[in-house]
Amino acid sequence: MADEKGRGGIKEAVSGLGDHVQNSQVWNSIFRPGSPMRAENSDSPRNRSYVIMNNVLYHLHPVKVKRHGVKLSYTLCLGGLSFFLFILLTITGIFLMFYYRPTSPQAYFDLQALASDVAFGQLVRNMHRWGAHLMVITVFLHMSRVFYHGAYKPPREFNWVVGIVLLVLTLLLSFSGYLLPWDQLALWAVTVGTNMGSYAPVFGNQVTFALIGGVQITADTLLRFYVLHVLFLPFIITIFMAVHFWRVRKDGGISGPL
Amino acid sequence: MAQLPDSLLRRSAEARAKAEGRPVDEILAEMKGEAPPAPAPPAAASSQPSDAGGGRDLAAESGTYGVPVPLLERSMFARAKADGTPVPAMAGVGAPAAAASAVSSQPSAAPAPQAPSGPPPGVRTQRLLTVVKAGAIQGTEKEPQDKVNVWPHLLAIEFVALLVVLAALTLLSAFVDAPLLEFANFNEQPNPSKAPWYFLGLQELLAYFDPMVAGIIIPTFGMIALAFIPYVDRNPSVRPSDRKFAIAVFTVFFMAAAVVTIFGSFFRGPGFNFVFPWRDGIFFDDLLTILE
Repeated sequence: MADEKGRGGIKEAVSGLGDHVQNSQVWNSIFRPGSPMRAENSDSPRNRSYVIMNNVLYHLHPVKVKRHGVKLSYTLCLGGLSFFLFILLTITGIFLMFYYRPTSPQAYFDLQALASDVAFGQLVRNMHRWGAHLMVITVFLHMSRVFYHGAYKPPREFNWVVGIVLLVLTLLLSFSGYLLPWDQLALWAVTVGTNMGSYAPVFGNQVTFALIGGVQITADTLLRFYVLHVLFLPFIITIFMAVHFWRVRKDGGISGPL
Repeated sequence: MAQLPDSLLRRSAEARAKAEGRPVDEILAEMKGEAPPAPAPPAAASSQPSDAGGGRDLAAESGTYGVPVPLLERSMFARAKADGTPVPAMAGVGAPAAAASAVSSQPSAAPAPQAPSGPPPGVRTQRLLTVVKAGAIQGTEKEPQDKVNVWPHLLAIEFVALLVVLAALTLLSAFVDAPLLEFANFNEQPNPSKAPWYFLGLQELLAYFDPMVAGIIIPTFGMIALAFIPYVDRNPSVRPSDRKFAIAVFTVFFMAAAVVTIFGSFFRGPGFNFVFPWRDGIFFDDLLTILE
């Protein structure tokens, strides 16, 4: 009996502490009015609107969308999942950067050490690689979905073009990351890929030279691809994603029903 | 007022039917104004005086509605005068005399086939005909749309989709390791050497075309053509039945890309020669690690 009473007392103390925290100035400064995290929040149309309107989510979503747009079968969430995979790849990529040196032969040994010496190192690397493949697939399927819904029609023409740029950048991001393990697979896959570029007329050889930092792939190429992969291309794709999302909102959100 | 779409009316009727416990069709008909409204509460119904003859008990009505008898009486006379109908017989008041005087003041009004006689010259009367509901001065052409709140309807779906993908990816990563072959060796080219899978379609094309065509012209013009789709396809309709040609063209290219990619991935072996994957094995390193 005494034990139960004691437990009840702890329970009360914990819930009292929770109330205290939820009513504090700090808490209410973080969660704006309408947030479900707030103590006085209740479910009402007004508060449902505030959840979006008073939130960074307002950059991505309007307060309301057409009913057909929330059907899973309409978008399959492909655009959102592409964005999610980009975030996931950024997180896992930053983790990998702590253990990776873009020089030969350290790069290869770092990957071996990642599998044997780093907690969850192999798991994070696997997620980064499979996630990258998956992102290429989701971006491509997202494009196809948009085409089949005719969602590129006015006023969304330019956002389709931005989307094509994002597709190319996604492929380049994946391709530049392909070299980084510095194993036989990476070296020769990138060799085959960059050889194609050298056939381009006029500036083909110059572009390839600038891209791989020489006439053929060397350890310098590794550094070059590393910088492209972790800084340059993410920087560019982030800008285009910002434009893409902004245009989605400004061009009228989800496209109409068929 | 803008015409409401049927779907919205239906939803509203369903909600009201649920709240009031009445059949949906009845409420729907009522909303569309097709049928008389369902029986209203008795007080509201009987408050409309029946002026088509029949006696009225003003004292009783006064007790029911709390309106003084003289007021009821006055409104009844005014109504009878305006409509040109005889004043109904009343009970409880000095009715017959009053009614008689009212009728005698307008003897010709009872049949009234012609227009009701106007007021005497020089007298202006006013009568409230109807109440016009307040509305916007400018009508909007936008149709009301069937919309739902993003929170919780859309965000919940997105969050679940996110979790499913994250779980699937974590599960795959827990069981299948990313490939890591031998240390990069410039002097030993593996046979076959394949590009990443998304470029294998192009590598496959290299087997048929000049490198200039397969490596540069096709991908470059392919991407430019993709980007120009919205400016070339001027058909405003988004219905699949209206854009068969566009869909057919896109699907052909989509399938062609898929076929050459699958071909380059699975049906090309040493020397990039043709192989059957089920007979000669798979030469596709990333997938190989998944399958192993």
